[in-house]
Amino acid sequence: MAHLGEDVLERARALVSLYPEKRSALIPLLHLVQEQDGYLSAEGMEEVAELLDLTPAEVRGTASFYEMFHLEPVGRYLVAVCTNIACMLAGAYELMEYIGHSLGARPGETTEDKMFTLEEAECLALCGNAPCLAVNWRYFGDMTPERWDGLAQDLREGRLADEVPPHGTLCRVRRSVGLMAGAAEGAAPPPAGKAPSPPPAAPDLTNRRSTSAAASTVMEAQVQ
Amino acid sequence: MTTSKLGPRVVTSRFGRPESWTLESYLESGGYQGLRKALTMAPEEVHKATSDSSILGRGGAGFDAGRKWGMLRKAEPVYLVVNGDESEPATFKDHALIEADPHQLIEGALICAYAIRAARVFLFIRGEMALGLERVQAALNEAYEYGAVGARIFGSDFSVDVVVHPGAGAYICGEETALLESLEGKRGYPRIKPPYYPAAIGLYGAPTVVNNVETLSNLPFIMRNGPEAFYSLGNGRSRGTKVMALSGHVRRPGNYELVFADVTFRDLIYDPALGGGIREDRELKAFIPGGVSAPWFGPEQLDVPLANEKIAEAGSMAGSGAVTVMDETTCPVRAAWRISRFFHRESCGQCTPCREGSGWVDKIMRRIEDGYGRQEDLELLLDICDNIAPGVTWPPAQTTICVLGPSIPSSVAWSIRMFRDDFLEHVRQGGCPFPPDRLAASLAHA
Repeated sequence: MAHLGEDVLERARALVSLYPEKRSALIPLLHLVQEQDGYLSAEGMEEVAELLDLTPAEVRGTASFYEMFHLEPVGRYLVAVCTNIACMLAGAYELMEYIGHSLGARPGETTEDKMFTLEEAECLALCGNAPCLAVNWRYFGDMTPERWDGLAQDLREGRLADEVPPHGTLCRVRRSVGLMAGAAEGAAPPPAGKAPSPPPAAPDLTNRRSTSAAASTVMEAQVQ
Repeated sequence: MTTSKLGPRVVTSRFGRPESWTLESYLESGGYQGLRKALTMAPEEVHKATSDSSILGRGGAGFDAGRKWGMLRKAEPVYLVVNGDESEPATFKDHALIEADPHQLIEGALICAYAIRAARVFLFIRGEMALGLERVQAALNEAYEYGAVGARIFGSDFSVDVVVHPGAGAYICGEETALLESLEGKRGYPRIKPPYYPAAIGLYGAPTVVNNVETLSNLPFIMRNGPEAFYSLGNGRSRGTKVMALSGHVRRPGNYELVFADVTFRDLIYDPALGGGIREDRELKAFIPGGVSAPWFGPEQLDVPLANEKIAEAGSMAGSGAVTVMDETTCPVRAAWRISRFFHRESCGQCTPCREGSGWVDKIMRRIEDGYGRQEDLELLLDICDNIAPGVTWPPAQTTICVLGPSIPSSVAWSIRMFRDDFLEHVRQGGCPFPPDRLAASLAHA
């Protein structure tokens, strides 16, 4: 029991406490392992199994069902190019071919410098900005070969560190309170300020310029 | 409003507001007034108001939400699970609602939780939507601090907790019983119905309501303005507004909130304020009216109104509200193949007709597209489809636990029925006669 860091374990225990049954925390905990290790390491999964009173086989058997979980290491950036119908109609396969050439990797492969893993994704729900792709699940819409070249350059040179966190990091905002509803029975005061584990420096999303948000703005503009 | 096709904005009213996802912005625009009002009413009255609004579920099946809540088995605890696992190809309305207005979703979920006396609320958000997860979690933290969630909400004696739960990438988890399995920490295998209707035996075996993001996002409006205000929009069984996700070969793809039953596909695709017509003034070849599980429509169905029952009468389904437009340059084989491939990749593998059938269809469609097809492949495809969903009719007969299997034949059978000549041309030419799909900007390897 030493593979997962103390901070990860603390977050894991907080997550487990949110569910009536422990096993429900399995997928959130696997995301934590992937955040720490960049993929689902065997050691990480075993520790999750112990935390949840499951067998390692139950954990692996569940993990292997889900597309987002990687049982082998991936590159620093997981580039998931959507090729489903809306993106396909907008040239997604041609885009995929271009990106594959530019990286020297086919879908499912990782570049030699371990910088990029290319993946063919199913619909990412950004069809108003087709074709689109996601890098470590941060979305980029209205893709063109030129935009990809710029994006790849920015990623290589680390200019998008804020927008695109390392692979595995999903939600950077932590829950600020535990379960509060039960407190009502003892006529406890309202929850504000009674956080069992205060949020460790959650990023201020309100001022963050995200590429996906930018894409959403396009959608928003079009609703008018 | 010269075009007047855009109606009042019920769920997208905050789209485009600066920082619409923050509590501050939400409160400035009537936020949490619906919940406050609901808490002055009895839970039964809130349920009745929802039933009176006559809102149909916005996830795909179009089931009456008030009725759904009324079907809960009388037992405790009761859970509310929000289905934010939007993955139906070409559907991107919930994604936008989650990112742009997470507080509205939380408020809607709390109104429902109050009406059904839920012991806990789980917001199941598709894992790929990282920004959406962050926005919802940030909004939930704000809502706790504001007193809208947790113990004694707004000073009332109603207490409930809300938990944000990330998915991990599986289309099938949008199916409500698969979603519950996933939420219990298992593989996303749909459950057999009966007996596993969530209202009877849901999360941890408890009675559970599973509602879609857009459905719940309508509740604050219904509470604030009364069910009549909602019911007065639309027609027949289709009331209120519907967010239509328009994609494909139109000039202006995007989400458009429209009054239900008031607008036709022609309006949606051609109105200058909506789709703006087909790109480069080309001809319309076909469109998919309700997500890739739906049978295709052609130009002759353009005047069908956007209403659940009208689309059903015309032989397809409104589904998730995703409309994908294909112009005359589209290869129907390639389009239908890509949809088949999707189902092949996403079949959970429990039922043989779906698991094996989706793979066969994928391979045969692919070989036709690549020029290795045979004329008899068309009948072979229809035969496989008939084994997955006997009759290849709509709505489909079922040989599988869930409706993923019966969704496979739609694109295959309808593309063959509508464009048999295009299929045969592939066989005759030994290749695809259509140009490749094009990128919007200059294509690099041109």
